[in-house]
Amino acid sequence: MAPGETLGVVGETGSGKSTLAKAILGVLPSNATVKGELVFRETLLTQMNDETLRKLRGKDIALIFQDPMTRLNPLMTIEDHFVEEIQAHESVSAEEARSRALEALVSMGIHESRIKNYPHEFSGGMRQRIMIALALVLNPSLLVADEPTTSLDVIVEAQILEILQDLRRVYKMSLLLITHNLGIVAEVCDRVVVLYAGKVAELGPVREIFHRPLHPYTQGLLASIIHLETKELHSIDGSPPDMVTPPSGCRFHPRCPYMQSICVKTVPPLVEFSPGHFAACHFGEKFL
Amino acid sequence: MIGVSEEVTPGEVNLLRVQEVEVHFPVKMPLIQQLVSREKQVVHAVDGVSFDLRRGEILGLVGESGCGKTTLGRTILRLLEPTSGRIFFEGRDISHLSQSKLRPLRRRMQIIFQDPHASLNPAMTIGRAIGHPLQIHGIVRDAEELRRAVLEIMGEVGLTPEDQLYDKYPGDLSGGQKQRAVIARAMILDPKLLVVDEGVAMLDMSVRAKVLELMLSLKQRYGLTYIFITHDLATAKFLCDRIAIMYLGRIVELGPAASIYAEPKHPYTQALLQVIPIPDPDKRRKKILPRGEVPDAIHLPAGCRFHTRCQSVLPTCGWEGRDFIELLDEYLSSISVAANEKEVLGSIEEWWAKGFGAGRKIDEKDPQKLVEKVKDILTKALPAMARAVQSVELKGDSVIVQFRTPDQLLRTSVANDTVECLLYQQSNSTVPH
Repeated sequence: MAPGETLGVVGETGSGKSTLAKAILGVLPSNATVKGELVFRETLLTQMNDETLRKLRGKDIALIFQDPMTRLNPLMTIEDHFVEEIQAHESVSAEEARSRALEALVSMGIHESRIKNYPHEFSGGMRQRIMIALALVLNPSLLVADEPTTSLDVIVEAQILEILQDLRRVYKMSLLLITHNLGIVAEVCDRVVVLYAGKVAELGPVREIFHRPLHPYTQGLLASIIHLETKELHSIDGSPPDMVTPPSGCRFHPRCPYMQSICVKTVPPLVEFSPGHFAACHFGEKFL
Repeated sequence: MIGVSEEVTPGEVNLLRVQEVEVHFPVKMPLIQQLVSREKQVVHAVDGVSFDLRRGEILGLVGESGCGKTTLGRTILRLLEPTSGRIFFEGRDISHLSQSKLRPLRRRMQIIFQDPHASLNPAMTIGRAIGHPLQIHGIVRDAEELRRAVLEIMGEVGLTPEDQLYDKYPGDLSGGQKQRAVIARAMILDPKLLVVDEGVAMLDMSVRAKVLELMLSLKQRYGLTYIFITHDLATAKFLCDRIAIMYLGRIVELGPAASIYAEPKHPYTQALLQVIPIPDPDKRRKKILPRGEVPDAIHLPAGCRFHTRCQSVLPTCGWEGRDFIELLDEYLSSISVAANEKEVLGSIEEWWAKGFGAGRKIDEKDPQKLVEKVKDILTKALPAMARAVQSVELKGDSVIVQFRTPDQLLRTSVANDTVECLLYQQSNSTVPH
């Protein structure tokens, strides 16, 4: 991910989107093993000790969850949330922390008089804006947003997405946007990663993915979007695999309309079919 | 007007008639507050809704959370009792029918909820869950017949292989399969009306289409009538014959799906349509979004309930005292306001709003200065709001901002739609510039 870039991570339930986000932030459950490399600005996150990671998390890499109430403590005022977070990372006075909190809140359209309120006194959209303000108050360079608008109403969703885009422009912040909503991806992302059963099926610039999808799963996913121009419904046969014993070869093969014998036997490598456009399909070139 | 007789009206083409239905919930208040406040506070969940539902029709109830669509759906099935208004099912007034009289009717009206996981008892096998309604209504004679009926309906909804899935538990099924089981359980009673409350919202895109197709094919085969409750206008477009757009307890627009989508009349409908993402990165566009969020349903806005957020708002739409307080509050909290201005205006707590007026007691030496300042702030308001102000003047010991009374909002027929919006009312009188 480049600075200032918005990368969309799409996939269905169980595709591993949220697990990926948790891995980046190092907040996986203790029984998880992480292999491979997670590099953040030339440092290996995967080799960092807990203490260093904790300093980075929240300050340089921030996270927004789907449900704001899982992040906000119902017994703490909004102001306390901010002061706690700022003081955990920077040695500033409570006074200064408060004034920064106020600034962050007002920039999100929350009235300054409400800083002493408790989370339950706000609407869903306001809580999500408070979460964003909390995530951004320390000026992170990477924001990981896991389904940030899924629990919101459509108009508020559009408002929040607009705010996220503005922030990205102003602060050159990178945004990793995890969503199952391909319409949102088309509207806000620069690049897209399509996950299927824990693996990258396709990766590329948003235009390429939408106009020239190479992986049959991406094709099926795009066809199944119900939008205003939809004349006919499409779906992908079957259901996502059991991840305890995932299918052999290409994990999508049991549901793929173009399945051949090689798909059952060999795991397809992620190949760059055109500049920046990768797909893990044995027959990717056929769809070029 | 239809009579109150409980007899089924012969030749009734409407499966359902909903007439001016209101559903209000009392607000729970601490005892002290109950004693102090004279008014009883209520949530106006559904506040005067009327429509007819023809047999074999799919009606979409569309709106954001809190608009009352779910409450309306449940009231239609008499899972809730309406506060006022009437509901006729197959020509029979069921508005206040007792539970024992409702029970036999319930076979003909079923509901499907959003979350299939929550709808199925995790400790009950799929076969038992689907067959449960038959046992409750005492329709089957023996276990053999029950099993046969369940397997048949499982085949109908595509829960196959039936024999294998019969003894499975909900935890063994995928989301799509669970929703099929919920549909089978509703269908096994051979209902006439099916209320589907966000029935596909929790499903993944790739299986959503399959479930929608199932609902359509069941409708064809069994002559079902649907009420499809959703916040998703794209899905509603595909499925529904007619669409009712709800906002804060009222239907603001109702019409054939084709006409609602081709030419949305109400500004709220227009806003909802505009925010649907277009899955094409080449068609990105700047959206004009309604301001703020849905107001609470306890203290409803005057006039048109959407006026506080509307893009096409008129001076006659219902501007009131608290709209001014909000404007003032916004102004006072903006960083650029100088201290001496704040001094003139006073703190927001000193201001009151009541009905179409707002005001503040004067304590300073130069009250005219306050009047001028208020007028100045009003120039920063939306033009429609500014023009709705009748007067800003000194009355006794107070400064009063008085708004005009709004025009009466009527249901108006526009082409094929019924719209509740002043923009379409002939009698619409606007304030001169």
